[in-house]
Amino acid sequence: MAVAPERVYWHERVSRLERIWVALAVVMVVVFFSAMMLVWHAVGRQNTEGRAFRVTPAAYRAQVEAFARQYQVGEEAGRPVVEPPPGSDVYMYATRFAFYPILRLRAGERYTLHIASLDYLHGFSIAHPHQWNLQLYPGYEWVLPFTPTTPGVYNLACNEFCGLGHEFMLGKIVVVER
Amino acid sequence: MASEARTCAVTGFRVYRQTENLIKANAVAAVVFLLIGGIAAVVVLLTRWLGLFAPRTFYQFIALHGWSMLIFWIIFFEVAILYFAGSVMLNARLAGTRLAWGAFGLMAIGAAMVEAAILRSPLNHLSFQPYPPLRGTWDFYLGTDLFAVGALLAVAIFFATVYRARKEKASQGPLPLVVYGAFVTAVLAVATLLVGAMVFVPAFLWAVGLVPSLNPFVWKLVYWGYGHPSQQINLGATISVWYLLAFLTVGGTTPSEKISRFAFVLYLVAINLGSAHHLQTEPSGALSVGWKWINTGYLMHLAVLGSMIHAFAVPGSVEIGQRARGYDRGLFQWLARGPWRNPAFSSLVLSVALFGFLGGTTGVIAGTEQLNLKWHNTTAIMGHFHGVVVAGTTLAFMGLTYYVLPLIFRRRVVAPRLAAVQPWLFGIGVGLMVLAFLQLGVRFGLPRKQPDVFAFGRSPLAFRYPPEVFALLTVAGVGGLLALAGGALFVALVVGTVLGGRRLTDEELRREYAIPQPASNPGHARDVGVRGTFILCLIFAAFFLAMYVANYLNLARAWPIGH
Ligand SMILES: [Cu+2]
Repeated sequence: MAVAPERVYWHERVSRLERIWVALAVVMVVVFFSAMMLVWHAVGRQNTEGRAFRVTPAAYRAQVEAFARQYQVGEEAGRPVVEPPPGSDVYMYATRFAFYPILRLRAGERYTLHIASLDYLHGFSIAHPHQWNLQLYPGYEWVLPFTPTTPGVYNLACNEFCGLGHEFMLGKIVVVER
Repeated sequence: MASEARTCAVTGFRVYRQTENLIKANAVAAVVFLLIGGIAAVVVLLTRWLGLFAPRTFYQFIALHGWSMLIFWIIFFEVAILYFAGSVMLNARLAGTRLAWGAFGLMAIGAAMVEAAILRSPLNHLSFQPYPPLRGTWDFYLGTDLFAVGALLAVAIFFATVYRARKEKASQGPLPLVVYGAFVTAVLAVATLLVGAMVFVPAFLWAVGLVPSLNPFVWKLVYWGYGHPSQQINLGATISVWYLLAFLTVGGTTPSEKISRFAFVLYLVAINLGSAHHLQTEPSGALSVGWKWINTGYLMHLAVLGSMIHAFAVPGSVEIGQRARGYDRGLFQWLARGPWRNPAFSSLVLSVALFGFLGGTTGVIAGTEQLNLKWHNTTAIMGHFHGVVVAGTTLAFMGLTYYVLPLIFRRRVVAPRLAAVQPWLFGIGVGLMVLAFLQLGVRFGLPRKQPDVFAFGRSPLAFRYPPEVFALLTVAGVGGLLALAGGALFVALVVGTVLGGRRLTDEELRREYAIPQPASNPGHARDVGVRGTFILCLIFAAFFLAMYVANYLNLARAWPIGH
């Protein structure tokens, strides 16, 4: 039965073309692709480098609400619109089924984002126009720097299923000219 | 003793009646769940494409679709493959047939409990990944546990059968590559199912109130120690089936036994560690950047290297077989003159091509630390896993079924013309859908698990996507319908053949399904034997590299983060 090798295959010569292919695959995948992740930490401007802290949902909620009161400039869809000083720390929470508050930011400024879920797993997706996505957990506060580069309205969507009503879990970041 | 076993007229394997019955039962159960999953897919597809069903129905049916397809259809079929590889290919009686029926019963009961729990629609609908604190009902978790115990038993029976075959000298010399691949897959399955128990048993205890709460972060972390390797089982099984199909359809054998085996070993050592690529956008600090990099860089890429090797060896096997049959002219005569009327052959070729170009490359890209920022939980992820488990695994299993029907059920496949079209309908449909999902996710950030991209459940913050999004959704919808038609045709052909296909005599089997005999010893002249494959692989590598770089360029245009 030819389906099984008849002899000890370990001594069999490997064809030249297959050896070339394996070498190429090692260089491409194991060397280049792996190294690229490290290189991007050095030269790239989009990384997941940040910090995370354990928080209790209640304490975090109080912190975000205090932040929203301090810098509130308006209201939309029952949520405060908040314009913090350029380059400051901005706070947001995700809860079934909203992102709170709505942020107004200056283009080109580097802010520090604080984001956490108060209840379930949620996805923090700057969905349209699409930027990037983060995973949120109850009890963990993410702290990451970010820079909104171009003015416009950016719509947030939850992209982790969080229960019936997940489909209307949206938020907003408005970026204005400097 | 005479009726206890027969000798297969095509392969010469000893087929024990009990093994045959168990293979039949598991394969039939698999196809039943394929049918349920396919029906659920109609609801999912029409909701995403046209917003036809309410979100509530969508969440319910997406869970039904996921569990039916990704778990029940695939694992029942894999158990059939394990029994085939362990008992039939090694000419040994299955160790513990009664236990194997017990395993089948546990899996069937578990699967039915899970499906019933989903259909009853408890308060907290669970989508496919049931992350706490979302809590399902107790029977949902108990069902998953029972199914896993059954599957674990089946794997244990496979190991015992291999052991018996060696001890009784029913099989001597090196294990056939297909059995070797199945063996590696089975080892992965044990590890995976045990890790699965680490999340689903506590979840059950939590659902009945014996455990007050679960840490959602730890739960998801461990869940992916099960969730990802479980897909590696599918990968191992798919590749074993590819080697088997290359042999059955054109008599092809791998260019290098040791390299192919080494590639399977790479799965064994690296892939479980690589499961961390599902955790790229988790809070860093909780999971440090260095931890992510080591796990998803070097460790995952060792497993990817295994896949790159199979990417050469599987088409290489086909090329070697075809050249030995006399289709030896030029670079690609072997491919052009393949037995295209045999649906198993077109399934093999389409499955390898779609898996490689669409499923494989996207998996590596989505699993790259920074690139995941763009991909995470968008429809691009759906594009990736449909490329892998639908265009790859499911299509390969369909291809194998075209041999299971004559060789195990001993019936001629009905409507051969339709059967020849079926893999194309399915493959092209899934391919279109996958391409659209990838575009929608990476370019337009369309969220997955989102039933209403039209009005967002009338949220006051609803927004409108550009028209291209709806055009791409139409492409995905049409592709999905084609795939569903291909899937329905497959189920119809299977049912038609099992119930009404003409019985085949040994003589007919020998004549119609004869395995092409390869040259007695291709020896070391194999460089010539794989040069077409080499060119195809270079094209694949160039495509892969271009996609990888394009994704970094796309990421570079996004808002800076973590800088
Ligand atoms: Cu949410």
